[in-house]
Amino acid sequence: MLRRNTWVLITIIVVFALALWVLLPIEGERFGRQGIQFGLDLKGGVRLVYQADLSGVTPGTEGEIMDGVLAVIANRINPLGVTEPDFHRRGDDQIVVELPGTDITDIQKERIGRTALLGFREWVQVPVGGEEVEVEVGTEEEASEEGEEPVDSGEEEQAEEGEGDAEEPVDEEEEREPVTIGMWVPAMGTVNGEEKALNSSYFKENTYIDRGQFGEIELHFEWNEEGIELSEQITGRLVVGNQPLGIFEGDQPLLGDDGQPIAPRVQAVITDRGIITGLSMTEATELSKQLNAGRLPVPLTRVGEMTVKPKLGEDFVDLSVRAGLIGIVLVMLFMIAYYRIPGLMASLALVFYGAIVLALFKLLGVTLTLAGIGGFVLSIGMAVDANVLIFERMKEEFRMGRALGAATEAGFNRAWTAIRDSNITTMIVCGILIWVGGSIAFGGSVQGFGVTLLIGVTVSMITAIVATRTLLRLFIGTNLAKQTRLFTIYSGKKNV
Amino acid sequence: MFDIVGKRPVFFAISAVLLAGSVIALLVLGLNPGIDFSSGSITTLSFEQAVDPTEAEEELAALGFSGRIDEWQGDLVIHTVQLTAGEKTSLREGLEEKFGPAEEMGFESVDPVIAEETAGTAGIAVSVSAVGILLYLTWAFRRMPRPLHYGACAIIALIHDVVIVLGVFAILGGIFGWEINLMFITGILAVIGYSVNNTVVVFDRIRENLQRGVSPDFEVVVNSSLVETMSRSLNTSLTTLVVVMALVLFVGVSIQNFAVVLLIGVIAGTYSSLFVAPQLLAVWHKGKWRGFVQGPTLTTR
Repeated sequence: MLRRNTWVLITIIVVFALALWVLLPIEGERFGRQGIQFGLDLKGGVRLVYQADLSGVTPGTEGEIMDGVLAVIANRINPLGVTEPDFHRRGDDQIVVELPGTDITDIQKERIGRTALLGFREWVQVPVGGEEVEVEVGTEEEASEEGEEPVDSGEEEQAEEGEGDAEEPVDEEEEREPVTIGMWVPAMGTVNGEEKALNSSYFKENTYIDRGQFGEIELHFEWNEEGIELSEQITGRLVVGNQPLGIFEGDQPLLGDDGQPIAPRVQAVITDRGIITGLSMTEATELSKQLNAGRLPVPLTRVGEMTVKPKLGEDFVDLSVRAGLIGIVLVMLFMIAYYRIPGLMASLALVFYGAIVLALFKLLGVTLTLAGIGGFVLSIGMAVDANVLIFERMKEEFRMGRALGAATEAGFNRAWTAIRDSNITTMIVCGILIWVGGSIAFGGSVQGFGVTLLIGVTVSMITAIVATRTLLRLFIGTNLAKQTRLFTIYSGKKNV
Repeated sequence: MFDIVGKRPVFFAISAVLLAGSVIALLVLGLNPGIDFSSGSITTLSFEQAVDPTEAEEELAALGFSGRIDEWQGDLVIHTVQLTAGEKTSLREGLEEKFGPAEEMGFESVDPVIAEETAGTAGIAVSVSAVGILLYLTWAFRRMPRPLHYGACAIIALIHDVVIVLGVFAILGGIFGWEINLMFITGILAVIGYSVNNTVVVFDRIRENLQRGVSPDFEVVVNSSLVETMSRSLNTSLTTLVVVMALVLFVGVSIQNFAVVLLIGVIAGTYSSLFVAPQLLAVWHKGKWRGFVQGPTLTTR
């Protein structure tokens, strides 16, 4: 008996040493695993969830379209230089982008999900209320809540190449009853009998950046055949009175370097090519790149975002490690104070437990999230449960007249069904946490909790039974064991 | 031996009062859904100088944003409706004007699309766990007469615990504006696991004592099982409470929901596993629903 225990003890010590070797240094590489992985909420980073608008897509091609979206997004992320970016589809029409450990700006974030489809709009007066009023095109009413007023900054222009100097646009003032409001509506034209809106899908994929004669930044574009036809009709209509042509991205006006919407007044009929000015160099370069190759096939809307600065995550880790250490020490003190020698053995088993669980986190590549650490800390408190069950049982058996050794064995054997059934129910819940976490957009934290608690519960069953039992058996073989006080067993007296 | 089963009416009365209070709190105050379930944004700003959250909240209102501000490790955690990048910038600049330079430490934003989906899945998760546990317990106690009773009583105890946690959160929400989020749901699921875990230990002892034929009277069996497992239940709860308290005290806001849910849940779970589930089992087993209110008289042992 003693012999077998010695061997088990040696195995335990070897496993413990192995666990420590795997674990330390925390950042070190073991079996191809580099350090313990932390989730976005702990190491910082960005998680973005996009919803694709597939309403205009031919049924049956959604999968292909979404793959196309992913490819475009990959192209946009790669230049950011993130070490381990992750982007994948979620459900039928969502895209998840994860950029761990990065600190990217809001503008960079905007660019990732940008459709890069410019729409051209004209400023029209639409009637308010039910009153029938003729639609006036190109007049500027006083500012209204609807839509933005065209800005007359004079710095933007759009003209056919080779046209002469831009004339200062002349404002038309018209005295009318304020029964209409001005708003931007997509500029429409007719091609082959079909009414179509003018947008950058008619651009040839050869836009480029140049500087104008005063050093201003110009984004040059060329229309394809359909674009030429549309552009001729629309600018031909707008050139009368030099009406403005608004440039929009989705429902948002394209903003210039000065923060004002870009809406140049049409100075001449635009046929095959044009220029957009007013953008900053970086913005123009980025836009040109996206217009040429990186346009998304369908519009994306950002439906969720989580950004954590790396420093904030570090604070979380420090605080939870402190909480965990304080928790583990208090649990040990309680166990030793209440159960004496068995409590001490359980505390040793708890250290053993901690080392194995953390080593497993590293080996299995478990991603630790804030809730995951919470799960680990919680599992420390619950890990001693099996020991508590066993020790209480031991005391009972001893009171019923068994010898110390027999009572210990009976304690372990009899407590088993309770340990098994209670832990299986916890495991069922862990399984559900893992499943739920996986199917919720921001459920990484929940999933992390399920995983750490599941590993914790499983390992604690083994350590609490195997390790504690072996340590106790060895101890019972010694002379000290005659002092039953050390087991909080006082013969003849019931001690609860 | 303590007569716990005999004091049943007292325990049922305590539970009834707690449950009624919780339900009233839920009906009157309701729960404040956080951005995970109702959409919105949370912006975390770190100011160079210390800023009083209450003052910042006033300034937030002055800037035209309706919202609430918490403090975490000296940073301001600002809860608002969903913000666009532009709105977020104007919010930060507005606060910087008043309180000096700040750095954005974190930003979370959830659209109603995601929020609805999350709330739905969370609801399903809680129900599926209850069903899973019911099935497992029915199977684990299959050799007992009427095994379904064990599962059903554990589920009732579990619902008891969850309702009390929800009630306390309705009160915390009413007083401090606490919101429920995904961390809260994680905590609720952990409480479910914990509550049943505790109940199973007591049931396991009932199973053993029945097999050993401790007494022909089921109530006596339940009572002695309770007394025998009492110190185990209390000690395990204590060690769990110790680590949960460590989380509440040392980690704070970000994990607060989770830890506080566990704190209340562990206490409620311990209570229900000793005083609700086994008592219900005894009442149901004997079919003596009158005993529900009167309380039995223990004659043997």
